[in-house]
Amino acid sequence: MSSPFAPVLPGSAIAGGAAPATPRDVPERGGPANPSAAAIAATFPASFIRSEVVWGDTTVYLRGDNLIGVVRWLHDDPSQRYDYLSDVTAVEYRDPEQELEVVWHLRSLPYRRFLRLKVPLAKGAPLVVDSVWPVYKGADWLERECYDMFGITFRGHPDLRRILMWESFREGFPLRKDFPLRGRFSRAEQLRQALSITTEGRYSMEELSVAQAFEDLPEDMRRRLSGGERTGE
Amino acid sequence: MATKTRTVEVALGSAGVDASGRAVRTPMTVTENGAVSTLEPPAMAAAPELQGEHMLINIGPQHPATHGVLRLVLELDGETVVRCIPHIGYLHCGFEKIGEYRQYNQIIPWTDREDYLNSIGNNVAFSIGAERLFGVEVPPRCTVLRVIAMELSRIISHLVWLGTTCIDLGAFTPFLWSFQERENVYNLLESWVGARLTTTATRVGGMAADIPDGWVEQLRGFIRTFPKTVDECDRMLTKNGIWVGRTVGLGVMSSDEAINHGLSGPMLRASGVAYDVRKDFPYLDYETYDFEVPVGSNGDVYDRYLVRVEELRQSTRILAQAVDRLPDGPVNSSDHRVILPAKNRAMSDMESMIHHFKQVMEGPRPPVGEVYVPVESPKGEKGYYFVSDGTAKPVRWRIRPPSYVNLSAIPKMVEGHLLSDVIAINASIDIVMGEIDR
Repeated sequence: MSSPFAPVLPGSAIAGGAAPATPRDVPERGGPANPSAAAIAATFPASFIRSEVVWGDTTVYLRGDNLIGVVRWLHDDPSQRYDYLSDVTAVEYRDPEQELEVVWHLRSLPYRRFLRLKVPLAKGAPLVVDSVWPVYKGADWLERECYDMFGITFRGHPDLRRILMWESFREGFPLRKDFPLRGRFSRAEQLRQALSITTEGRYSMEELSVAQAFEDLPEDMRRRLSGGERTGE
Repeated sequence: MATKTRTVEVALGSAGVDASGRAVRTPMTVTENGAVSTLEPPAMAAAPELQGEHMLINIGPQHPATHGVLRLVLELDGETVVRCIPHIGYLHCGFEKIGEYRQYNQIIPWTDREDYLNSIGNNVAFSIGAERLFGVEVPPRCTVLRVIAMELSRIISHLVWLGTTCIDLGAFTPFLWSFQERENVYNLLESWVGARLTTTATRVGGMAADIPDGWVEQLRGFIRTFPKTVDECDRMLTKNGIWVGRTVGLGVMSSDEAINHGLSGPMLRASGVAYDVRKDFPYLDYETYDFEVPVGSNGDVYDRYLVRVEELRQSTRILAQAVDRLPDGPVNSSDHRVILPAKNRAMSDMESMIHHFKQVMEGPRPPVGEVYVPVESPKGEKGYYFVSDGTAKPVRWRIRPPSYVNLSAIPKMVEGHLLSDVIAINASIDIVMGEIDR
């Protein structure tokens, strides 16, 4: 085992490859595909739906049931080594029939590769998908934001709470297409809710129990917090 | 408790200088929880089994040392942080939602306002992404001007970081020096695009304006004088005993942890990972510029400082090369799908006038598709992800905010450190709440 601070050089696994260059004349469809797409199709035929190359980036569409298995393999397999999670997000299309998609942007520093994974989720069913937090610790806040904005539940996430909106936000999930740009509640209702908020409510149950301030709270608030009252559910 | 010893050359005022005026090398002892002492470590007495009450302390959201409206709830055992629970979202304004209701060129002013220390860099990043989505190439002069814009904004951002971090840790002078230089860069930007902070300097397919006459000479003047300021700050801080004592050994992230937590930018490079988007996934022909990627060796606050100061020098190098190679020619693409017809033609020719009207009222339409384009912002890997369904407004416009992901590692970094060190660690992340909350 090398020192924890031994320099890590991206591209170290590429043998004698050319230095990376700014992409030019990228075709809209097609072009060289990331070899990992074919490798996923061969290794996980049950999960693989299809892959495509759009504007030079390879996208792999997967079924959600074994997502964590695929991602763990991409992270650990010596021929893949996707060690860096750039982003977790979701896309909802304007067509209400079209499935919602959860998107992962993975990067392999040793191979200098970039891969986009997508899991389509049908609108009718509960929006649930595996969390990749056990593999990438950086997924923590990215998945919380995705839950906060789209209402997608990440199975296995240690602390799936709202992050950008406040805990008592009851209007739904802001980035869904059925959420109006100006918000669901009237300005009067938003103001009423803002004024009726209690300052202690800004602390979570977990935090208050640490402070031993819990005992000093009024009875109704203690009851509310002990009930594990949560938002948006 | 295990200790590791690391020798840093420190000038401790008169006591740290020997008879010939050279700095004395003082052995620094860094314990595992990051405490630094310039003395020999005392023999460790058995820690008494004290069971005190844990205390909850709230920092922010209105606190000058949280660099914006960040709120940290800290659980303390004595003065040591046991647990840190960050709360964000006080500045959330739904940029991504608003973007779904705007044409591509109309989104560019919003990019000014997310990471507002890097506004012109965000404009450029947005335009690179949108141009990939439209399949538009920009002329060489535009590419070089964009490199100049990105490096100037990197300098602004790092200078603000340097100045405010010095203030946090009790040094006032470097703040004045760095903000003076920042003012010079803002003057350059003002004479270029007319605005200082909210630049909106780019369009899809080009720039809002070419540089004015004499601008290159002003920039050359800045390139000549700026390294002196960096050297002054370097001399003031790098071997300063107080600065070293308050930064060495704090918030350590090993290279594996840093990669796994998705850190990027100077945070990642301070941990020894030489990942820089400009080198590894180049854009704007960065592969043709001669510059180096500074890498730290200990992953602590001090190394993040060293990396950022070196990046200031490297950015100046890139600026000098870009100025030398700046070609003549148009700054806008000639692709009529995204570029407006010339004003005189729009006023005299019916077809051009219709084209102008439709471009402005309906907006250019990209083909169906999606792109994710990362750039190296001063905070790290910033990515814009566009999904288009063929209409003039994106279905999804996603910002990958580097300081959001970097901040998510703060509970891990501050655990076991003292309360006063939380300020230094938080400052070292270089957060901009406008970008985190969006």
